[in-house]
Amino acid sequence: MPDDLKYLIEALRDVPQEPGVAKPDPILIADDVMRHFGGLTAVDVSHVEIQRGTITALIGPNGAGKTTFFNLLTGFDRPNTGSWTFEGRQLAGVRPHKVAKIGMVRTFQLTKALSRLTVMENMRLGAQHQRGEKLFASILPFLWRSQEDEITERALLLLESFNLAEKQDDLAGSLSGGQRKLLEMARALMVEPDMIMLDEPMAGVNPALTQSLLDHVRQVRDRGTTVLFVEHDMDMVRDISDWVIVMSQGQVIAEGPPHDVMSNEAVIDAYLGTHHDKPLTDSGEALTAHHEEA
Amino acid sequence: MDWGNVFSQAITQGIGIQAVIFALAAIGLNVQFGYTGLLNFGQSGFLAVAAYGLGVSIAMLGWSLWVGLLVGIAAAVVLALLLGIPTLRLRADYLAIVTIAAAEILRLTFRSVSLDPIFGGSDGINRFADDFYKYNPYSSSVTIGPVSFSENDMWIVTIGWILVVIMSVLVFMLMRSPWGRVIKAIREDEDAVRSLGKSVYAYKMQALIIGGVMGCFGGFIAAIAFQSIQPDYYSTDLTFFAYAVLILGGAARVLGPIVGSVVFWFGLVLIDGTLSNAVSSGTIDFIRNDQVGQIRYWILGISLMLLMIYRPQGILGDKKELSLDAR
Repeated sequence: MPDDLKYLIEALRDVPQEPGVAKPDPILIADDVMRHFGGLTAVDVSHVEIQRGTITALIGPNGAGKTTFFNLLTGFDRPNTGSWTFEGRQLAGVRPHKVAKIGMVRTFQLTKALSRLTVMENMRLGAQHQRGEKLFASILPFLWRSQEDEITERALLLLESFNLAEKQDDLAGSLSGGQRKLLEMARALMVEPDMIMLDEPMAGVNPALTQSLLDHVRQVRDRGTTVLFVEHDMDMVRDISDWVIVMSQGQVIAEGPPHDVMSNEAVIDAYLGTHHDKPLTDSGEALTAHHEEA
Repeated sequence: MDWGNVFSQAITQGIGIQAVIFALAAIGLNVQFGYTGLLNFGQSGFLAVAAYGLGVSIAMLGWSLWVGLLVGIAAAVVLALLLGIPTLRLRADYLAIVTIAAAEILRLTFRSVSLDPIFGGSDGINRFADDFYKYNPYSSSVTIGPVSFSENDMWIVTIGWILVVIMSVLVFMLMRSPWGRVIKAIREDEDAVRSLGKSVYAYKMQALIIGGVMGCFGGFIAAIAFQSIQPDYYSTDLTFFAYAVLILGGAARVLGPIVGSVVFWFGLVLIDGTLSNAVSSGTIDFIRNDQVGQIRYWILGISLMLLMIYRPQGILGDKKELSLDAR
């Protein structure tokens, strides 16, 4: 890993472990993002920053609002209030395809492999600035043929590193669930994003594939792409994340390096429920107070 | 029973004017529905605005045939924009509702009494296409094997099939390009395409316009071939027949609409001819001759249902591909 990338991870060591804490070099900063569904407040994030060049995990119990927060950040859903910047660019209200063009690309919890396209066609689709995707240029192959070859070459390299190269001519619908997850991640990388957001990359993946998937995620970071992922698999979170953000009931309740966060009282409470036989902890009281304000 | 006559009738219709019109309408639907997944239930509206654009330009405004054709194409583009702008951001069902309603609104507008001076009411616009037949290179009727066309029919059928070939080549070139890749990906999953930085809305709009313009040539052929534009020809039946043609031939296949249209019209006329002959000769005595017209549609409908059950991918489709959809 290049030293400047290593530095970005090491810089997290001095960051205090509290929710909404400022990072030394944030790529994404969100403020007061709120999303209501009827009477339910699904997301209520007052402030959060994502450090550039790291793998950040977003965890929390079911219904904590992680996926909704993902949808809001990538423009697939609109918040009731709030704003966020990516690389200093205001992204609130920007449509999803523009968000992807700007360099923030996501995958989906329920994999969206394009079944009736081949694996290679799936990959090519990810490439940006394609001349042949313009309507009038499309019927003149000499305008886009050379670019198509370059894209295919790049796709093949990625497919090889994801062990999918021999599947390139198969329809994506014929892949196994785990292979589809890999394909979706590889396809997102074809966009050449600055930040990739993975929604439960491990869900449904055969344990035998887990280790190679983890390696891929690390490789993505080591090539300079920031990774933010939602995951329930705590082993994965502990294994590869540089920083963990915990959400519960729509709010960020804790942040820190993986080992420290998992022993955090507020986090254990959020996952297992509060201890009724004990007086509320400081963090628990703060949480309740904040909740009433909201 | 005169089988020779029945077959020559069926073959004539199978490669004749109706087959051309429905092949063109279905080629347009193939771009919209087959490749992009857009449920356009108002294809008859696209044919109608093209036919009326042509007819009004020539008969009412005294413009030339060529200007009339341009007006018709422009009308199809405008219709696509009007239908697409409010609905293409919404779920697929909304486009279906809006298009079927719009096509009916257009038909009722064209046949309305108050607009009679422009559109000719329920009589429509007649005898306006003499300009087209001025260019006719055929000086007498043409007979090829069992098939015989008058010189005017032969001329419009020739032009029609040339258009069908041009449109099919265009569809082939579009669909093997990166543009076609985006289009097919939208059919599979819009959100995935959005997440890869493509404006789904813009692509769907382009597909709606291209499909509408390709289909609108069916309207030109109908108007010129019959030298008549009847509002009720452009009813929802036309749209659903075009869908039947497309699904019969195989959606998302370049040759699907052509094969579908030929088989559809050949089959329809074959059923019709066989029944009429059987009734007149007394072989079948429980149907009257005037009931044959309805019964052929029953048989056609049952055949389409059986096709959907046993070969849902159509004549040219790939069943393996279709079954992937369910996963």
